[in-house]
Amino acid sequence: MIPSAAVPRAASCLLENAWVCPEYLSSRRSELVDAVVAHLQITVVSVVVGALVALPLALLARRVRGLRPVVLGASTALYTVPSLALFSLLLPFTGLSRTTVVVGLVLYSLTVLVRTVLTGLEGVPEEVRDAARGMGFAPSALLWRVELPLALPVVVSGLRVATVSTVALTTVGTIVGNGGLGDLVYDGLRTDFRAEVLTASVLCVALALALDAVLLVAGRLLVPWRRGVA
Amino acid sequence: MGWLTGAVAWLADGAHWQGADGVPQRLLEHVGLSAAAVGIGCLLALPLGLWLGHVRRGGAFAVATGNLARAVPTFAVLVLLALAPSPFGLGTTSTLTALVLFAVPPLLTNAYVGVLEVDPAAVDAARGMGLTSSQVLRRVELPLAVPLVMNGVRLAAVQVVATATIAALVAGGGLGRIIVEGFGRQDQPQLLAGAFLVLALALAVEGGMELLQRRVDPLRRARGRRRTAAGAQLQVQGGSS
Repeated sequence: MIPSAAVPRAASCLLENAWVCPEYLSSRRSELVDAVVAHLQITVVSVVVGALVALPLALLARRVRGLRPVVLGASTALYTVPSLALFSLLLPFTGLSRTTVVVGLVLYSLTVLVRTVLTGLEGVPEEVRDAARGMGFAPSALLWRVELPLALPVVVSGLRVATVSTVALTTVGTIVGNGGLGDLVYDGLRTDFRAEVLTASVLCVALALALDAVLLVAGRLLVPWRRGVA
Repeated sequence: MGWLTGAVAWLADGAHWQGADGVPQRLLEHVGLSAAAVGIGCLLALPLGLWLGHVRRGGAFAVATGNLARAVPTFAVLVLLALAPSPFGLGTTSTLTALVLFAVPPLLTNAYVGVLEVDPAAVDAARGMGLTSSQVLRRVELPLAVPLVMNGVRLAAVQVVATATIAALVAGGGLGRIIVEGFGRQDQPQLLAGAFLVLALALAVEGGMELLQRRVDPLRRARGRRRTAAGAQLQVQGGSS
């Protein structure tokens, strides 16, 4: 008697098309996990590649005075391009693939990352640089062992902004079939499935906040001399 | 480069510039909806942001709104509203609501910071001259805050134009519709033509707003062409979509 009463109630949230539905969570767990993993991969790859591209661009902008406004202007202008248009314009080059989404997200991350890396490096006091040079630091050692560590708090704050935006923007990648949790949102729209849409949306925001927290903690651990300040 | 000629040929075809799903109609939908959203957003956010800056309160609120807006995917909000019961559901009300929601944070944050960063000496001087609190806000703080307020309007406009494009994925009209239909028919020239049109509109809005931003600054001659460090910093605060 108890099972017969329990089964319809458990299934009913699916039948009623309820927003919150534990039955959906349990029956589609693997689908949800796959989407979260895909979303995480797209985001992490995009931000890491974005940072690797932003660093040389920022160094170039710092080294060659004339290029500074060009690099900053171009990377800042990228944010003006609507994501749906950007992913579409990449289509002839990279097709309906995850690469299309990652390339687009890397371009967006540059808007924030180039500026923050540059700001961070320019914030290093000139006396510190002089002292390091006086101690015999070569230019590359000066960069890696003095300037970048000192720029780290600013760079980490930029990485946090870039990461949170990237998690949200990844959903639009569903237009080329690679939107991570966005694919579930789109599927839920087409099949009028509220639990799928709400669950994927909430997971997406949770993922953004979780990655933000991870970077916040990592930043504090990496910069022990500023603990309690940043 | 075949894809480029295909897109150009699509744009050159007169048939695509007529009727209910022609480019002018789509452009009108896109601009109309975006303008309405930014307008409503301004009415809601600017008085609140200016007032919060004036009383120097609610900084955490303004910042948290901005951060949260960055974490929430515009696409998810559009779909959630589309599946919500009346007065939402598939239609203009849902799209407009979503657009306003994403216009508010940059407007709020920039208006707040704009007033907050007004030189305290100027405010003190105005008080000393006997101006009341509301006179200080209207005659001193507001004019000095105009560059940042307008920066917020520009960020909101760019954000809204981008989000209105995504709305086409859900149900909305606008230029995004051309892209989405191109995807549906696997018509690459059409979807690229749509993407170029959206790009052109976004750049036109950005350029136009920048011009407006310079024009309406009551102190532009005194300021010259220099931009404050705070203004540059805030430019990255807008999310993109």
